[in-house]
Amino acid sequence: MSDSLYERIGGEAAVNAAVELFYRKVLNDYRINRFFDKTDMDSQLAKQKAFFTYAFGGPNHYTGKDMRSAHARLVKMGMDGSHFDVVMEHLGATLHELNVPGELIAEAAGIALGARSDVLGL
Amino acid sequence: MFDLLIKNNRFTCRPGETVLDALLRENVNIPYGCRAGICQSCVVQSLDVTPPAEAQGNLKDTLKSSGHFLACQCVPEQAMRLKLPAQEAGYTDCAVIGSELMNRNTRLLIIRVNDAHRYKAGQFVNLQRSDGLTRSYSIANIPQSSGALEFHIRCLPGGRFSAWVHDELKVGDSLRVSEPQGHCFYLPDRKEQGLLLIGTGTGLAPLAGILADALAHGHSGPIRLFHGSREKEDLYWTEEMRELAKRYPNLSYTPCVSSGDAPEGFAPGRANEVALAAHPDLSRWRVFLCGHPDMVKNTQKQAYLKGARLADIYCDAFVVSTEAAD
Repeated sequence: MSDSLYERIGGEAAVNAAVELFYRKVLNDYRINRFFDKTDMDSQLAKQKAFFTYAFGGPNHYTGKDMRSAHARLVKMGMDGSHFDVVMEHLGATLHELNVPGELIAEAAGIALGARSDVLGL
Repeated sequence: MFDLLIKNNRFTCRPGETVLDALLRENVNIPYGCRAGICQSCVVQSLDVTPPAEAQGNLKDTLKSSGHFLACQCVPEQAMRLKLPAQEAGYTDCAVIGSELMNRNTRLLIIRVNDAHRYKAGQFVNLQRSDGLTRSYSIANIPQSSGALEFHIRCLPGGRFSAWVHDELKVGDSLRVSEPQGHCFYLPDRKEQGLLLIGTGTGLAPLAGILADALAHGHSGPIRLFHGSREKEDLYWTEEMRELAKRYPNLSYTPCVSSGDAPEGFAPGRANEVALAAHPDLSRWRVFLCGHPDMVKNTQKQAYLKGARLADIYCDAFVVSTEAAD
C-alpha cells in the first residue's frame, strides 16, 4: 500500500510550514478575516494546524458533527459558500508556494472540499 | 457536584467551580499564583481519571501523560482522586542580597541562588513567601555571571505580594524560588538576525536579560529595544540603556511615553505602535514581546502579519493575579 497523502506531503513539518503561510494570507484577506478571532492567535493556530492535518488526510479526531458545531457560530455570522471558496483558494496558493506537486494539491483540496456541507451547515 | 478525594479526605466541587477554588474554599493548603493557567504553581495529579484537556494546557507531555493538570483551569467532569504537590517540590530557599527602588513604584530585587546556570535570562520563576503566597516574576539578568537572580517588582495597588516585597522584605531575608519556567529567552544561533524587543512596564525585566544575553554572546545583527509606559516616571533605567546603546553600535533604545506630550528624548505613543511603525517588514526578525497581555497578543499578531515567522516570535504576557485587589 502506498503512503498516505499526509506522509507524502511531509507530515507535521509540512503542516507547520503551511499554517505559517496560510494563516497570514487568511488574516490579510478582507473578504474573510472577520470570521477569525480577533485576539487569541495561539488557539487559532491550533485550529489551523488541525485543519491542515485534516486536509492532508493525517491523524485527526474530527467528525462531520464536530465540523458543524465548530462552524455554526460563523454560519450565523453570515459565512457561506463564497467564503469557503476563498479559503480553498488560499489553501491551493499556500501549497503551490511550498512547491507541493499539483496532484497532491488536488488530493488535499478534494479532502477539504469533502467537509464543505458540514462546515456550511448544509 | 463531584467529589475530590485526597488521601482519606473527601471534598466537594460545586458545579462550575475549579478544583483550585474548591480546595481553597475547603481550606486545603495548596500553592497557587496567577489563577490563569500560566504560572503552573497549582499543578496537581489525578490518580485515577484523565483530567479535562483544557486543564493540561501547556504542561510538558511527560506531566500530561502522568495525569498532572492545573487546578486553576480544571472544572471536573467526574469525581477525581488527587495527589497534591509536596510543598517542597521544585522550590529552594534563597537569600535576598539586594533591594532598591528604580523609580517611584518599581523595585530591583536580587536573590542569590546556588545553581544559577540552570536559569536563563528572560525565563520566569515563582517566588513564594513562607505562608505560600506565590507570584511569577521574570529574570532580568544573566544569572550565571553573578550567581544571582534579578527581578523588577512593580508595587501594584492592592497587590499583596508586591506590597510585601516593597514594604517588608529586607536584605538577608529568605524567599522560596521555583525552577525556571518559560521559553522567552535568547538562543545564540543566527547572530546576524535582527532582534526587536518590545516591552511595557516591568516587561523591561525579561528584555533587559535577553538583551544582556544577546550582547554577551556577541550578537551582530541590529538589536532594537522599545520600552513604553504611560508616563515618563514609570519608565526606569533610561540612562543605563542610553549608555548601553552608545557602547554597542548595533543596539538602539527608544523609550516611549503614551500619555500626553513626550519629553525630549522620548517617543510619543505606545511602545508596540512606535516599534511596528518603524519596522514595516519583519520577515527576517526575531521578536520578543513582554508586558501587558493585550499588548503582547495584539503585537504578536501584527508582527506575524508583517512577516515574522511564528517560531521567531517569543511572548511573555504578564498576567496579574485576579486577587490583586483583595
